[in-house]
Amino acid sequence: MIPRHQTVLFIVLLAASAIMGVLLWNQLRRSHDRLLHGEDSAPTQAPQVAAAEQATLMVANDADNTVQPRLLTLPLPQNPEARARAILGKLLDLYAAPIATHSVPGGASSIAQVFLLPIANSKGSAPPNGPELAVVNLTSSFVTGHPSGLETESLTVLSICSTLDANLPQVKEVRFLVDGQPRATLAGHADLTRTYLTNEDAVAAGGSRP
Amino acid sequence: MATVAALAASAATFAQAPPAAPRFVVVLDPAHGGDDAGANLGSQPEKAYTLAFGVRLRSLLAARGFTVVTTRESDDSVEPDHRAEIADHANAQACLSLHAAESGSGVHLFVSSLAPAQDAHFLAWKTAQASWILRSLSLAGVVNSALSHATVPVTLGRTALPGIDSMTCPAVAIEIAPDRSPDASESAGLDDPDYQARVADALAAALVEWRSQAPPGGQQ
Repeated sequence: MIPRHQTVLFIVLLAASAIMGVLLWNQLRRSHDRLLHGEDSAPTQAPQVAAAEQATLMVANDADNTVQPRLLTLPLPQNPEARARAILGKLLDLYAAPIATHSVPGGASSIAQVFLLPIANSKGSAPPNGPELAVVNLTSSFVTGHPSGLETESLTVLSICSTLDANLPQVKEVRFLVDGQPRATLAGHADLTRTYLTNEDAVAAGGSRP
Repeated sequence: MATVAALAASAATFAQAPPAAPRFVVVLDPAHGGDDAGANLGSQPEKAYTLAFGVRLRSLLAARGFTVVTTRESDDSVEPDHRAEIADHANAQACLSLHAAESGSGVHLFVSSLAPAQDAHFLAWKTAQASWILRSLSLAGVVNSALSHATVPVTLGRTALPGIDSMTCPAVAIEIAPDRSPDASESAGLDDPDYQARVADALAAALVEWRSQAPPGGQQ
């Protein structure tokens, strides 16, 4: 003779098992649906490759303390900030090459970001398509590895400013940060607290303002 | 009575003495020092090289009658602003900031990249050199001629260098690099005593020439 309470317990456990089985079946179906949905939204097109364009790099030469233009064709994004970063990255790649005329280790990864900000006029407003300030954020590893010297540091700053001027004519001023922070000098000489001017006459004179 | 006569005689003698020649002050600024070693030149840091070269140049200038003021005499750390203060208080007719590097060839001459400005009674500290840019460019031209005459290759440039921009004197930054010119029979390293002597003699000769051109009193 089975006691009554055991019969009730058996029925309750059987019902619980049936309910859990149903829930498990539903969860399985939902997971399967999610998986199928995910496969549907997966990219089916190849990522777009930026079109190759011509860029002018102002390449420094330590031997004669000059900056000379060099035309290169390279894929450039349309976004101006990404474009500036890609061009400056290519410039620093040239400097990191074994036979560089201005040898600086680091390469393209030394440019962490380039931000373009409108420059306010004397009335305090920034007109659209007006002059812009480029903020070049360098990595600390680039600055640490940069050779110390008045000429070599000045050439690095000058070539970055004139390369921006050659490819993004709306950029009229350049400031430098290192890992997002202001820094006194590049490697003990060139002042990085200044705002550098990029226009032709100012670049020729290495122009800057406080 | 005799004392009064002696005083009168000495006063007459003093009045007849020729006026003392105006002092021609040159500021030598050996870059770096202390914790700031500057560039690594292989055998020594830049701070040691500039100090030794500054001592050599100071001797040459003192022998030629210049009053020389230096921003540091030993391995001390001197802030750029303090270097400019020393130069400004000296009321100098020429300020030379001495540097050294392994890159490039010959001597690199740099003048502040500030745009020329009109002289004013009060000058902003960070751009005080702007009123002296034209004189600084003239001084760089004289130094360039002297170095070229001594067959030292020279490159000219403009730069933003902390310290120089606050100096109220004709100021030039001079960076000495090894002589790697193609026409040199063999490259002369920074440690080459003949090369050092050639550069130092040329700088002294340039300042003698500058003294013959510059108006007295350190004014523009």
